Amino acid sequence: MVKSTKTQSNHYLRRDVLRIGGGVALAAPFVGRAWAETTEINMLAWYGHGEPDMVGAFEEANNVKFVPKYYAGGDNMLALIAQSPPGTYDIILSDAEFVQQLNAAEYIEPLDANDYPFDDMLHEDFTKFPGHWDGDTLYSMILRGGHLGVSYNTTAMSAEEASSYQGFWKPELAGKVGHFDWHLPSLGMMSLKNGNGAGLWDLSDAQWEAVQETTMSLRPQVGGYFDYGGTFNGLKNGEMLAMCGIGDWITGVLERDGAPVASVIPKEGGIQFTESYCIGRGSGKADLVKSFIQYMMSPEGQVKSAQMLAYPGFCVTKAGRAMLQEVDPKEAARSHQMDGMANDPIALINEGRIHYRDIPQQQSLEDWNDFWSEYKNA
Amino acid sequence: MSAPRRLNLYALTWRLPIILWQLMFFVGPVLFMVAISFFVVRNYRMTEAFEFVNWEKMLTRGYFWDSYWYTLFIASLSASVAMLVAFPAAWALAFRASDNLRRWAVFLLVIPFFTSYLVRTFSWYVILAESGVLNAMLGYIGLGPFKMLNTHFGTVVGYLTLTLPLAVILQTVTMANIDKTLIEAARNLGCKPLATIWRVVLPLSRTGFIVAALFCFILAFGDFVAPFYLGGSQEPTLPILILDTTKSGQQWPRAAVVAIMMMLTLFTVAFTAIALAYRKPAGSR
Repeated sequence: MVKSTKTQSNHYLRRDVLRIGGGVALAAPFVGRAWAETTEINMLAWYGHGEPDMVGAFEEANNVKFVPKYYAGGDNMLALIAQSPPGTYDIILSDAEFVQQLNAAEYIEPLDANDYPFDDMLHEDFTKFPGHWDGDTLYSMILRGGHLGVSYNTTAMSAEEASSYQGFWKPELAGKVGHFDWHLPSLGMMSLKNGNGAGLWDLSDAQWEAVQETTMSLRPQVGGYFDYGGTFNGLKNGEMLAMCGIGDWITGVLERDGAPVASVIPKEGGIQFTESYCIGRGSGKADLVKSFIQYMMSPEGQVKSAQMLAYPGFCVTKAGRAMLQEVDPKEAARSHQMDGMANDPIALINEGRIHYRDIPQQQSLEDWNDFWSEYKNA
Repeated sequence: MSAPRRLNLYALTWRLPIILWQLMFFVGPVLFMVAISFFVVRNYRMTEAFEFVNWEKMLTRGYFWDSYWYTLFIASLSASVAMLVAFPAAWALAFRASDNLRRWAVFLLVIPFFTSYLVRTFSWYVILAESGVLNAMLGYIGLGPFKMLNTHFGTVVGYLTLTLPLAVILQTVTMANIDKTLIEAARNLGCKPLATIWRVVLPLSRTGFIVAALFCFILAFGDFVAPFYLGGSQEPTLPILILDTTKSGQQWPRAAVVAIMMMLTLFTVAFTAIALAYRKPAGSR
């Protein structure tokens, strides 16, 4: 009886194996198709925001796949959207100064402010960030920021020399000062050097003329105009000993690798770039995108943003900053995101030394760009 | 009165693909580029129009002409350098090397084209940097360090990376086809080596050499990579100006103006060069 049962058991086992095996074989194409049904989220962003270190964990947890399209510069971003059908991009990472234009052109959806941690912001400016709101309607959620000032090789410039934009004119740096090849930050810095302070973007004709003169006087010092890769290499191999138009977002990556470079906010003030998320108008995946933005605003997401491999940025929420200090105190200290540190980004804003990046108020972007081309040719 | 030519359908069938290809991928895009040079950009969106504002804007700007003359100069310089540097190697390959060695040399000269030009350009960073290989070697004999990256020199080195192998190959093939008895006759009649090159080899190689120089010029004139990455974008060449123009404000119509000016220049240079190459010597029939 026992034997018979065993035989029967074996018999069923074989039959089961065949049945299950056949079932698996037949179902394989459908299983494959089910796996392939990962939802794609089209992202328009600066380089690095759609890379695995930023979106990998969210992709895994939500069975989504980010398809990033990277741009370089706000007007480049606007053009890419303008030339695409509505709904092409589900999520747009924008520089704050371009959100108003995105909204005016109806490229983005309104957001519900209650979905995001506005009660946990590190600075009150972040709760009602310029350009992010239209009246009481939120259109863009601030994610991170970074400060631009004097970036330099610490073996070629002292901290004192770097504490003023005048340091770029140091005779020993002739041919060794590089520019990030975008007119907005570089000319903004020249405007700050001229003492325009908070009015750095709102220049009268005379002030604009003076900014052009100051910039032209720097030309003999300039050794080149670079994109991200060129800037990175120039500082790394010592071809450039100072860079105008950048900040910790590039030197921070090199610093992590032990290069003798640093960025400081000089006494004339610095410029803040602010990156924020928008939901693309016409996106069919708005709920998923909202979940992603909420994830990036969570402490975990904020830490990922601060540690982003492509270029670092500072946390904008208190919980994010606290978690960064806890899980990566080295990066928190390197980026001065510690209470009481001299260059704490939030303290710099409180001291009035930081000015949010904007677009020219009395001139057009074209005027600035025209001058930039003249400057490069001079 | 000759009889009207009959349509040769067989020949047309074989010619049609290339005609269609050229119409679709050369004539069509060029016409479209000419058309968009009259369009205008409003709110970062290109709008159909027929306005001369882009032409006026670009052609009246000093920086456009600065870039234009600089590009013309640096491309001519690099084409000349490529031709001069290539000549001794091509001479040796054409007249001194065995057929087997020449075949291997040409194969080796083609190998660099197997890798990306961008990668080859970036590899110069390691060699040309102030802390790079070349300066280290010069340092052993008490020279330098010299600034080579982000200079005109860097740009020319980049251009040569692109053009030099081509120049050597074209010069070699041209000189290898010269009737060697003519050179021997010149020498037998007392012509000195340099005079032989000047009076016999160069006139006989004129067409090939002009075509080689033309290729070098065309490649350098339109190259973006070398002046951007090895020249530090100073001064900007026309391809860099195109990029700058499209990057800021997405002014594709103005970029089209620059591109058309480049094409007109290349057409002029190419037709002049071809005319020179095939011009019959004075007195010949």
